[in-house]
Amino acid sequence: MTRISVKVDGTTYEDEVEPRLLLVHYLRDRLGLTGTPVGCDTSNCGACTVDLDGESVKSCSVLAVQADGSEVTTVQGLARDGEWHPLQSAFHERHALQCGYCTPGMIMAARDLLRENPDPTADDVRQALEGNLCRCTGYQNIVRAVLAASGQEVTT
Amino acid sequence: MTDQVTEREVGRSRARKEDARLVTGQTNWTDNISVNGLLHLAILRSPMAHARIDRVDVAPARERPGVVAAFSGRDLAEGLGSLPCAWPVTEDIVLPDHPPIAVDEVRYAGDPVAVVVARDRYAAADALEAVEVDYTPLPPVLDLEAALAEDAPLVHADKGTNRCYVWPLATGEDYASVRQRADVVLKRRYVQQRLIPNAMEPRAVVVTPLAASGEYTVYSATQIPHILRIMLSMVTGVPEHKLRVIAPDVGGGFGSKLQVYGEEALALAVAQRLGRPVKWTESRSEGYLATHHGRGMIQDIEIAATDEGKLLGLKVDLLADMGAYLMLVTPGIPILGAFMYPAIYKMDAYDFTCTGVFTTRTPTDAYRGAGRPEATYAIERIMDELAVELGLDPIELRRRNWIRHEEFPYTAVAGLTYDSGNYEAATDKALALFGYDALRSEQQKRNEHGDVVRLGIGVSTYTEMCGLAPSRVLRDLRYGAGGWEAASIRMLPTGKVEVVTGTSPHGQGHVTCWSQIASDVLGVPFEDVEVLHGDTKAAPQGMDTYGSRSLVVGGTAVHHAAQKVVEKARKVAAHLLEASEHDLEFTHGVFSVKGSPEARKTIQEIAFETFSSHDLPDGMEPTINAEHLVDPENFSYPHGTHLCAVEVDTETGRTTIRSYVCVDDVGRVINPMIVEGQVHGGVAQGIAQALYEEAVYDDEGNLVSGTMADYLVPSAADLPEFVTGRTETPATSNPLGAKGVGEAGTIASTPAVVNAIVDALRPLGVTEVAMPCTPQRVWEAIEQARSGKDGSA
Amino acid sequence: MIPPAFEYARPASVEEAVRTLADAGEDAKVLAGGQSLLPLLRLRLAFPELVVDIGRIPELRGIREDEGTLIIGAMTSHHDVIRDPRVRRHAGLLAAATATVADPAVRHRGTLGGSLAHADPAGDLPAVILALDATLIAEGPAGRRAIPAREFFVDYLQTALHPDELLVEVEIPTVDGWGFHYEKFHRVAQAWAVVGVAALVRRDNGHIAEARIGLTNMGSTPLRAAATEEALVGAAAPGAVQRAAEVAADGTHPSSDPSASPAYRAHLAQVLTKRAVLTAGGMG
Repeated sequence: MTRISVKVDGTTYEDEVEPRLLLVHYLRDRLGLTGTPVGCDTSNCGACTVDLDGESVKSCSVLAVQADGSEVTTVQGLARDGEWHPLQSAFHERHALQCGYCTPGMIMAARDLLRENPDPTADDVRQALEGNLCRCTGYQNIVRAVLAASGQEVTT
Repeated sequence: MTDQVTEREVGRSRARKEDARLVTGQTNWTDNISVNGLLHLAILRSPMAHARIDRVDVAPARERPGVVAAFSGRDLAEGLGSLPCAWPVTEDIVLPDHPPIAVDEVRYAGDPVAVVVARDRYAAADALEAVEVDYTPLPPVLDLEAALAEDAPLVHADKGTNRCYVWPLATGEDYASVRQRADVVLKRRYVQQRLIPNAMEPRAVVVTPLAASGEYTVYSATQIPHILRIMLSMVTGVPEHKLRVIAPDVGGGFGSKLQVYGEEALALAVAQRLGRPVKWTESRSEGYLATHHGRGMIQDIEIAATDEGKLLGLKVDLLADMGAYLMLVTPGIPILGAFMYPAIYKMDAYDFTCTGVFTTRTPTDAYRGAGRPEATYAIERIMDELAVELGLDPIELRRRNWIRHEEFPYTAVAGLTYDSGNYEAATDKALALFGYDALRSEQQKRNEHGDVVRLGIGVSTYTEMCGLAPSRVLRDLRYGAGGWEAASIRMLPTGKVEVVTGTSPHGQGHVTCWSQIASDVLGVPFEDVEVLHGDTKAAPQGMDTYGSRSLVVGGTAVHHAAQKVVEKARKVAAHLLEASEHDLEFTHGVFSVKGSPEARKTIQEIAFETFSSHDLPDGMEPTINAEHLVDPENFSYPHGTHLCAVEVDTETGRTTIRSYVCVDDVGRVINPMIVEGQVHGGVAQGIAQALYEEAVYDDEGNLVSGTMADYLVPSAADLPEFVTGRTETPATSNPLGAKGVGEAGTIASTPAVVNAIVDALRPLGVTEVAMPCTPQRVWEAIEQARSGKDGSA
Repeated sequence: MIPPAFEYARPASVEEAVRTLADAGEDAKVLAGGQSLLPLLRLRLAFPELVVDIGRIPELRGIREDEGTLIIGAMTSHHDVIRDPRVRRHAGLLAAATATVADPAVRHRGTLGGSLAHADPAGDLPAVILALDATLIAEGPAGRRAIPAREFFVDYLQTALHPDELLVEVEIPTVDGWGFHYEKFHRVAQAWAVVGVAALVRRDNGHIAEARIGLTNMGSTPLRAAATEEALVGAAAPGAVQRAAEVAADGTHPSSDPSASPAYRAHLAQVLTKRAVLTAGGMG
């Protein structure tokens, strides 16, 4: 067992964990933060994407011990004072989700993009989301939602 | 007391009520469920496609830390029945026994052989490695044609054959004589590769027992909580009334969760034995083996026509890969397609035969479209080949044969009566959005210049049968249940509304759409409606969600139930307003007396008056709640025209979609934004079949594309923008005029893409590229055509 | 799926890491960014006794310049490599190729050293490093040694690193003024390369004076297309480049998988080499 201290969505947790414990399982099974789901075992789907010290990562491909001393933000920590993050609002308004399983990862990946590139083109958005799979939407409304959240006019 | 609703809800692009939880992570996926004392189940699976099980020893696993129990197949066999097949399509179908866990023999790589139960998922995974199993390999059965040979090794030795069934359909005139008078007869073979559905949420099941009273709650990532309850009761012997099935948030299905899975039965059986709650969650790569696959067919199709391009007849011989066992509707999937091969075209004769074949692979079953994409692919591909043969533009050939809008209702050669449609309008609109003529001239220029990157244009004019299904038809098809749907509406004392539906959404937006329907009929605000679903205790009756049926059948039930509520409320209103029912008007939720508009009661006020029951008409039950079950009178028939332009790099073989236009006619639309989303997603999946996806097996029957790194689900970076349009020809078989939209995109898009690829390469002599049209396959097709040309020159 | 249990060490210095590896012997695995190792563990394709996490050794991270050489710490993330102005200026090929690796989230965690030490011939960076004629610096109990890229990749997933050695730095001779291009052919955006071609071209008076071609996924290790490199010298027109590219697959033994047969890979190597060189040389 290894002792870790991780700040998740603003709260600091101290825990003893097995070194092999995946960050996503730490979030889900130990902290009960089930907003971040698991969609694959090869880091392809991106459903588990969270923010680790200011960068998007796939939490299924990070060990909890690697997050020791770090700060994690999940989709559950995005809203401020009950106000949704602009991406959460845009996903809702633009129908960028159907089953919603990929949505936490999509939003976290899109958030990362907008931090680096606040004014992306549609193609930029598609490239930035290459590691996040959705089976429902065909991605079109996701792209529109990210563009809308960046403050761009989206006509269709 | 309440706001008056004046704007119609139906037809509005309402943002979804479902989203709030999903975008904030406040979800309730089955794997999120945690209860005191929860145990985790892990399943050891066969590493071989076909083998005799000589020995299973789970004792070493029991010694591992954290392990509570471990079971072999034999340990669990007693008391567990066969997994059900609800669609034995012929009287003499071969129905093998299908134990939820293998006992004597494994028949596909992934067949369960042992179950370990531990205190957490890590301990359970570890303990699997301690289970000892001895196998004697048996020959795999992988080739559909070879499997039917006399001396072929057998998947189910006790059945004496790999032939599961032969299902014929001959309609219209005699095909052989029609063929005689044809000027042109074309025959082609198309292969529908196996696909893995890939709902983003892996399957999961949680069972919580109330051991003292023998009651069980099953939470499952399923599309079919109602059907699952009945079937699990039959498989495990837990009486139906002691079993509650809940489909919590379900992360997509696409047919893969239209199933009664062995793991669901095993979890229930283990919970029964241990008296403890258990959870099983599949990993993605485990799901690739354990969750049913789709497609997997060889299609021999022959079309007979005149020189002028008039279709005379169609003959289809289908070999359908059942996989190792028959699951819930495995044999029926190709039969759903049987009626769709003639598509939107008029012809005199149709001759169809499907042979179901057992193989040592993961069972097949419904995957988005289920039989209809396969049929549409074959007919739309061969229509293009016929157009070339006759020297006609592919759209002109379609025009010469499709049912004209003034001919509806029209009984097509396969026997279905299409109630409505307007293929001309959809096609004209699509052509205009696409810029067909400009693309054709660019294509010609590129061909003349011998460009490395060629342009191709593909069309697909499809229809489908949706709204499954009229129960009488299901009887005739030997399906094991009816096709009705149920809805009830509860008017709460404060005027709020609960709609209870038997459909079970997993991304489709039923909560939003059913709210829109109920809001309009009842005249209550959209926000005042809640929709309950997916829990056999809360929504006890239903036939669940698949086959683009939910709106057409379930939405219709909501509409009728709401109308019943209005009629009951009218009696109360008349009584309270001291008027005759005939003198009452009902608009926007308000009953008023004709001629004296100040005498009025809202339906929400009446809900309270009914709750108090102080002053109801004599003899009236103190409720305005209502229930309605509807059995559809016909299928519904969405249709549309999809156009795809591709650029094919003839040096590398890579295909890039340049533009994609679709105009779909799904009848009246409840929520245009949701409909558009359904089309986007459907088209994406159809494109994925055309270009990317295939469950590849090696010669020993191992799944080679066994992880998401090997099975190529396209991302946003791999797919184009879609241009969508609609025409709206209402269905006549339901009061909503709706036709269904869940599968349309998938059905239409695959042939549009492949037709475009072949069209791009036809000047190079290519006439066929097998799916998925990988760069290598495209390159090989070009190379073969080149060498063939060189040889003949 | 779930990784098998292992012991975990998180050394604070290279010296401590090397000592830990030396003590552990063959059963230790180095955890760099983890973007290859964690999926392998989750699929239970690797069973290390000990995982040595080198993620908290500051000296392994960072980029510096030293007289015509760019020195990149092994634990520098792909993301940092892509964005570093010195890498872009002096080894643009590396920045361009790194931008095609996997996806942004993976590039945040994945590291240059990690992907080189993993030595997957389908990975993009081994062929790039080979084309850049880089030198890999390993540190072991006996100190540091320099391994030329040509000697580093030994076989499929095998390098010249000893079990008690850590890859600490990558030295890249700057290639200012060279044209470059990484032509990656993959079936979907986040997939591994079916074939990739890393091209560096130095032109003189309109003619190619020197070319270096690295091949991804054309054998059990990354390869140089030596015959093509030779044939390119003096080429000035697309026709000559095309002829030179026709021998790009000479001497290669590419593998077979559902995406590509060896023959198709050989064909792709020719086409992609032509394209990469034309783009790199500004001749396209």
